[in-house]
Amino acid sequence: MVVINEETVRAEVRTWLEENWNTNLGLVEWRNKLVDSGWGAPHWPTDWYGRDLPVGLVPIADEEFDRIGAVGVAKMGIRTLAAATILTHGSDMHKEKFLRRILTGEDTWCQLFSEPGSGSDLAGAMTRAELRGNKWVVNGQKVWTTSAHHADFGLLLARTDVDVPKHKGMTYFIIDMHQQGIEVVPLRQMNGHASFNQVFFTDAEISPEFMVEGLGDGWKIATTTLMHERRGADGMRRYTQASDRPERIYREEAQEHAIALEPYKWYPQRAGRVDLVLDRAKQTGKNADPIVRQEIAKLMIMAKSAEWTARRARAAQEEGRPQGPEGSLGKLAASYVARAANRVHTAITGTDSMLTGDDSPMDGVIAEILISTPAISIAGGTDEIQKNIISERVLKMPKEPRFDTDRPFREVPKNVV
Amino acid sequence: MKFSFSDEQEEFRSVLRRFLEDKSPTTEVRRLMETEKGSDPEVWDQLARELGLTAIHIPETYGGQGFGIGELAIAVEEMGRALLCAPFFSSTVMAATAILKSGSEDQKQLLLPEIASGETVATLAVAEEDGLWDGSSVVMTASESGGKYVLNGLKRFVLDGCTADLIVVLARSTNGLSFFTVKGEATGLVRDSLKSLDPTRKLAQLTFNAVEAELLGEEGGAGDPLRETLDVSAICLANEMVGGAERIREAAVEYANMRVQFGRAIGSFQSLKHKAADMLLDVELAKSAAYYAAAAADDDDEEVSALASLAKSAAADAYMQTAIHAVQIHGGIGFTWDNDTHLWFKRAKSSEVFLGSSAYHRERLMDEWNV
Repeated sequence: MVVINEETVRAEVRTWLEENWNTNLGLVEWRNKLVDSGWGAPHWPTDWYGRDLPVGLVPIADEEFDRIGAVGVAKMGIRTLAAATILTHGSDMHKEKFLRRILTGEDTWCQLFSEPGSGSDLAGAMTRAELRGNKWVVNGQKVWTTSAHHADFGLLLARTDVDVPKHKGMTYFIIDMHQQGIEVVPLRQMNGHASFNQVFFTDAEISPEFMVEGLGDGWKIATTTLMHERRGADGMRRYTQASDRPERIYREEAQEHAIALEPYKWYPQRAGRVDLVLDRAKQTGKNADPIVRQEIAKLMIMAKSAEWTARRARAAQEEGRPQGPEGSLGKLAASYVARAANRVHTAITGTDSMLTGDDSPMDGVIAEILISTPAISIAGGTDEIQKNIISERVLKMPKEPRFDTDRPFREVPKNVV
Repeated sequence: MKFSFSDEQEEFRSVLRRFLEDKSPTTEVRRLMETEKGSDPEVWDQLARELGLTAIHIPETYGGQGFGIGELAIAVEEMGRALLCAPFFSSTVMAATAILKSGSEDQKQLLLPEIASGETVATLAVAEEDGLWDGSSVVMTASESGGKYVLNGLKRFVLDGCTADLIVVLARSTNGLSFFTVKGEATGLVRDSLKSLDPTRKLAQLTFNAVEAELLGEEGGAGDPLRETLDVSAICLANEMVGGAERIREAAVEYANMRVQFGRAIGSFQSLKHKAADMLLDVELAKSAAYYAAAAADDDDEEVSALASLAKSAAADAYMQTAIHAVQIHGGIGFTWDNDTHLWFKRAKSSEVFLGSSAYHRERLMDEWNV
C-alpha cells in the first residue's frame, strides 16, 4: 500500500520539481507539464489533472514550490470558481475542454450572476435564455462583472422558465464571451475606478451542450460557485506576490498578476487603512486633540477586537473544535471598522479632506479611503443580508415571511428596468 | 492561550456555570440584593471550600490553587453571567492581587492563606471623593509615629467595604503612595454603606480618623503594585462584563422569538433581527478583547496595561449597549421591576464607570501606545 503523508508528499514533489523546473520555459509550456504531472492541482481527481491529494496536504506541495521559486498553475480571478463548479457539476466534455486551459492560465473567466434588478436577491435574475432552433438565445443585462472585458468564458445564471417559482426556473450555462451578441461596458464607481463591468446580451448564443447539468438546475449550481467564492475556492486562489526575477517565466507570470490584480488595487482603501491611523495622527499633530484621540482609540479597539475574533474563529477551526458565532461575524465587523476608520481619517485629515488626487495627503490615498469605504458594506452581501444570515442561522431567529418563492416567477413583483 | 481555551478550562467553565445556575438564580439575586450584606454565607463557603475559587490565582505557597489570570477571568465571567452576589471581586480579585503585588514575603504568608480559604473577606480602598482609581489624586494621609502608621482621610466606592474583614488602603505619606492594611473593626474607622445603583454590588464610604494601620510592602512603593493590581482588576471586570452581556443578549433573543405581535414573533422582524446581530457582534468583539487581555496578563505581555484599558473600555461599551438594546427588545415589560433585565442593566451601568470610564481607559490606551 502506498503511504501518503507529509514526508512522502514532500519528497515526491521535491524530486519532481528537481527534475522538471526550468525557468527558461514559457509560462504555458511549464504549466502544461504541471497539469500532466498532477502537481498543478494535486487535490483534484486523478482523472482530471490532479492526484486526489487530501486538501490538508496541499500546503506541503505549495511549500516545495515556494522553496525553489517554482511557478504554480494559474490561481487568480474567477477561473478557480469556474474550475470548482465544472469539477462538481460539469460534463466530461466541459472538463475536457476547459479545465486544462484554466490551469495553464490561457483562458480567463467571469461570473455573470448579479443584475441591475437583482443584487441581494440573486434568484430574481431576469436575463432570459430561450431555446430557438438548436441554440439557447440570451437577452438581458448583468452587472458587477469583474474581468468581463478580457474574459474568454462566462458562468451565466439565466432565467429559462417564468412559469415556475423563481429558484426553479433558472439554468446555468457556460457562455463564450467572444461573440457578436455580447457588449461589455466598464462600470464607473463613485471613487472613479472602473473595476467591474456591465454586460449586455442581445441575442447572444449558446450551444445546448454548454448547459451545466439540466434545465432548472441553475440555482443549485450557482450555490456551489458562491460557496467556493466564500471559501476562497479551496485555497486554490492564492494572492501570491509575483517575483521580479528576470527570467522569461517570471516576467510572464508578473504580467498575468498585474492584469488580474488591477481591479483590486483600491481594496485596501475600501477596508479603511487602519494601519495608517496612528502614524497619520502623529504626523499631523492631531494626536494632541483629546477628541480625536478618543475616536482613534475607539477605532483601534474595534479593529483589534475584530482581528482577535477572527483569530478565535481560526483557532477553533485548527483545533477541530466547534466554531462559535465568532466565525460568522468577520464581514460585518469589517464594515464597521471601515466606516469608523473613514470617520477617523477625516478627523485627522481635517480640511484637507476636501481635496483629492495629488492635492490630497499621501498622493490621494487618504481621499481614496474617504470615498471607497461605502463599498465594503455592500460588496459580497450587504450588511443587511449579513445580519439576516447571522440572526437566522446563528441566533435561530424566525425568517421574514416571503411573498416571492411559492408562486410563478411571472407573478412576482419586479424592478422596472 | 489568547484565542482559545484548553479542555481543562472549558471543563472548569461548565462546572462553574452549573454551580452558579443552581446557586445564583435570579430569585436568589433578588433576595440577596435586598440584604445589607449582599451575599449568602453558605454559597460563599461552598464557593471557597468545594470549588476553591477564592484561592484560584493565589500561588500554592500562600495556600492558593496557583492558577493564572486566565482561570480567574473565566470565574468572574461566569459570575458576571449569573450576577452572583458575593464579595469575590473585592476579596479575591482586588485585595488578594494587591497583597500579592505589594506585600513582603512574611505579609503574603500571613494574609493570603486566609483570603484563599475564604475565611477572610478583604477589599481594596483606592478611590476617594473624586472617584478616581489611578492613585494620583489620593489625599488620604499616612503618618508614622512611634513605629506605627496612622491613617486619616476618606475612601469611597469601596466594594463590600462595610462587611470586609480586612481592608487594603492606599494612602500618601512623605515618601509617596503606599498600601496599608486595616482590620474591618479597627478603632477610628467609620463604615457607611453608600446607596448602590446596582444593588448586587455593595459599596461603602470609609472614614479614617487616626486609624492604626500596618504598612504593606515598602513605604512609597505602591506605584507599580497599584498599576498591576488595577490592570488585573480591569481585565477581570472586562471578563465579568462580557459574561453579563452575553447572558442578557441571549435572554433578549429568546424573548423576541417568543413574543408575538401583529400575528408573528417579533423576532421575525428585521428591525429586531438586525439589532440582535449587532448585539452578537458587540459582545463577541468584547469577549475577544477580554480573553486576549487575560491571556496577556499570564504571558507577562509588556502591553498588559494597554490591553487592560482596551478590554475594559471595549467590554463596558458593549455591556451598556447590549443592556440598552435588551430593555428595548423587551418593550414595556423590560422597564418593569419584575422583569430581570434591569438587574444586568444596573450592573452594566455601574461597571461602566467602576475602575475608570471608557473615555479614561481610551486615553490611557493612547498614552500607553505613545500616540
